[in-house]
Amino acid sequence: MTDVLSEHFKEQAAEALGNATIQESLDRLVNFRQGRVDAIAEYGQERWDALSQSAREIKRETLEHLDYYLDELSRNVERAGGHVFFARDAAEANEYVAKVAADNGVKTVIKSKSMVSEEMGIADVLEAMGIEPVETDLGEYIIQLAREAPYHIIAPALHKSKEEVSELFERILGTPAESDITALAGVARKVLREKFLEADMGMTGANFGVAETGTIVMVTNEGNGRMCSSLPRVHVATMGMERVIPRLRDVATYLPLLTRSATGQRISSYVSFVTGPRRSGEEDGPQEFHLVILDNGRSRMLADPELREALYCIRCGACLNACPVYGKVGGHAYGWVYPGPIGAVVTPSLVGVPKAKDLPFASTLCGACRDVCPLKIDIPRMLLKLRSDAVEGPPETRVPRSVESLMMRAWRKTVAGPRLFTLAGKVTSAAQWPLSRQGVLRWLPPPLSGWTRTRDFPRAAMRPFRARWRKDGGSRGG
Amino acid sequence: MAQKSVSLFVTCLVDQFYPEVGEATVRLLRHLNVEVDFPADQTCCGQVALNGGYRSHATAVAKRFIEVFRNSETIVAPSGSCVATIHTHYADLLRGYPELAAEVASLQARTYELSQYLVDVLGVEDVGAHLPSPTRVTYHDCCHALRDLGVGAQPRKLLSAVDGAELAEMKDSASCCGFGGTFAVKFADISSAILREKLRNVEVTGASVLTAVDSSCLMHMGGALRRQGSRTRAVHLAELLCEGIEGERA
Ligand code: SF4
Repeated sequence: MTDVLSEHFKEQAAEALGNATIQESLDRLVNFRQGRVDAIAEYGQERWDALSQSAREIKRETLEHLDYYLDELSRNVERAGGHVFFARDAAEANEYVAKVAADNGVKTVIKSKSMVSEEMGIADVLEAMGIEPVETDLGEYIIQLAREAPYHIIAPALHKSKEEVSELFERILGTPAESDITALAGVARKVLREKFLEADMGMTGANFGVAETGTIVMVTNEGNGRMCSSLPRVHVATMGMERVIPRLRDVATYLPLLTRSATGQRISSYVSFVTGPRRSGEEDGPQEFHLVILDNGRSRMLADPELREALYCIRCGACLNACPVYGKVGGHAYGWVYPGPIGAVVTPSLVGVPKAKDLPFASTLCGACRDVCPLKIDIPRMLLKLRSDAVEGPPETRVPRSVESLMMRAWRKTVAGPRLFTLAGKVTSAAQWPLSRQGVLRWLPPPLSGWTRTRDFPRAAMRPFRARWRKDGGSRGG
Repeated sequence: MAQKSVSLFVTCLVDQFYPEVGEATVRLLRHLNVEVDFPADQTCCGQVALNGGYRSHATAVAKRFIEVFRNSETIVAPSGSCVATIHTHYADLLRGYPELAAEVASLQARTYELSQYLVDVLGVEDVGAHLPSPTRVTYHDCCHALRDLGVGAQPRKLLSAVDGAELAEMKDSASCCGFGGTFAVKFADISSAILREKLRNVEVTGASVLTAVDSSCLMHMGGALRRQGSRTRAVHLAELLCEGIEGERA
C-alpha cells in the first residue's frame, strides 16, 4: 500500500502555506468552481437535483445488496472471458497483479489514471520486479517523473507550474526547455508513444463496473485509458468494490453528475466501455482481461451506518474545489491518495483513525463540500463521527489527548448548571486582567496562542448577560 | 394581534463575552412588542463539545437544554450555529433517549435564529431602524446559518430596510471565514490564511461595518480587523439593528 503520511498533516500544511507556487495553483481552483456552477445552471437546478436524488437511490440500493451485485458483475465478466479477483487488501491485490505480469513475461506496463492503483502502490511493486510502469495521462506522468503523489482527484499535477514541468522534463527526459503547455504535452506524447507500442500490459481504473453486463466504464479526457485497455496483450483493471452499479442505463445517471461536477464539462472527451478481452473475429483488444476488485477497509465502512455514505463517492473532486481548507493547503498535506474533504473521511476510515488523526479535525465544518457533492454526501457529519472515534471511541480508534480532555471534562461540569458556569465566568474575567488592553487580549498562552498570533481575543465581560438580566429584574434591554 | 412571547437562548459565548448582543436582542424583540424571558438555568447548546469530538458530553448538554427550555413556547437565539446544532444534531445526539424523540422534534420546530424569527415568524422586514449617519454595511453568510438553516435572505431584508444603511455585497459572501471553533486554535495558520482571503473581500466593499448573525464568526473576523487597525467594525446584526432604534427609545 502507498505510504500513509497523513500523520504529518500539520507540517505538510505549513509547507504548502509557505509555498508561493502552490498558493498560486490553488487559486486556479476557482475555474473548476465556476465551471461546475455554469454547468449546473445550464442543466437546470431542478433536473440536477432529481438526477442527484436518483444517483443516491441507486447507490443506496446497490450498497444494501453489494454482495449480490458484485457477484453478478463477476459472473458476467467471466462469461465475457475475463478473470475477476477479489482482493481483501492492497497486498493481495498487488500479489495478484504481480503474478499476472510474471506469467505473461511483462516488461513494460502502461497505466492510465487510477486512484485504486495508487492506493495499492502497484507501481513500486512492479518496479521492484524489474518491470517499468509508465503513467500515460499527462498529469499522472508528470507526478510520476517527480515521484510524487497525485495532488487533486481529477487534476493530479494541479500544483505544478509549467516552468516546473519544463524543468522536470529537461532533467529527467533530457528534452529542451519549453515554456508552452501544448509543446510540453507534445514532448510527453512523443516519449509515451514508444511506450504504448512496447508495453505488454495495460492497467486502468474503472469509474463504474456494470453488474448486468460485466462491463467496466472508464471516463477520461486524454484517451489514454482507451489505449491502455486495447493496445497491450493483457489488460488489468482495478476498482474499489463500491464502484459497482447495477445496470448499464445507470451510467446515464452518473456520467453527467461526474463530469459536470468535476470540471463543468457536459461529458468528458472519452468514455470507454470494456467487456472482457478480445473475442474471436475482433481486430483489437487484449487477449487477457483481469478485473481486480479491492476491499482494503471498505467493508468496514460499509458496516458502519455513519460512514457508509462515503462509499457513494464518484470521485468528481467537487468537494476539494469547494473546501476552504483544501484551497489553502492543497492535496499533499492530506498525506495519502484521497485529499480534501472526502479524503478526510476516507483516509482515516481506510487506514485507521490514529494514522490520520488530524484529518477529521482539519475542517471548519462549513458544509460547502456537502453542498456541492452531486451525491449529497454529508461529509461534515462523518467528520464529527470520526472526531468522536478519535476522542471517545474504542482503543483502536482513540487518539490520546490528555490536556484537552481534561479541559473538556471541566467544561462539561461548567455547563452542567448555571452556578458553576457563572463562577467560571467570574474567574476568567478576573484572571484575564493582567493580559488585557483596551478591552481585548493581544496575547494568550498555549494552547490558545495560535489565535492571538493574528487575532485579538475578546475580554470576558465583567458582568455577563445573566448578571445584567438578574440585576435589572429582567428589565434590561427594555 | 396577540402578544407574542419568546424565551431567549443567549448562548454561552454571548453571555460571557458579548452581553451587549444579548441586550440588543432583547431590546429589539421588545421594540417589536415581543415579550422576552430568560430561563436562568441555561448554559450552552453543546456545539463546543460536539465539534471537539466529545459526543457524550454534547449529549449531556443537549439533554439539559431540553429540560431548561421544556416549557418555552418559542426559543430565539442570536446565533445561527447554535440553532443549527439543535436542528441538525440533537436527534442524533439523543438517539439513546427514545422517550425524548417527540420533544426533540418539537423543540427543533420552536427554535429560531433571531433574523429568521423576525422575518419568517413575525413577518417583520423593517424594524424601523435609522442609522444616524449613512453607513456602508457588508454581510457575511455564516456557514451554519446559511447551509443548515437557510438563513441568508432574512438578514439582508432586515438590513436593506434600515434607513441610512447601504448593503454592499462582498465577493464570496458564502465562503467560510475560517473560524470553525477549535479549528481556529488547532490549525491557527490555516484558519488565518482563510480569514485573510475573507477580509480582503470585506475590504474591497469599502464597508465600515461587517455584520453577521453569529458572534463566533464575528469574534474571529473582528479580532483580526482590530489587530490590523482596520476602520471596519465587526458588529452583530442584533446590535446594528438596535443602534438604529436607540434614538426612538430616548
Ligand atoms: S464526496 Fe462528493 S463531491 Fe467529493 S469527490 Fe466524492 S462525489 Fe465528488
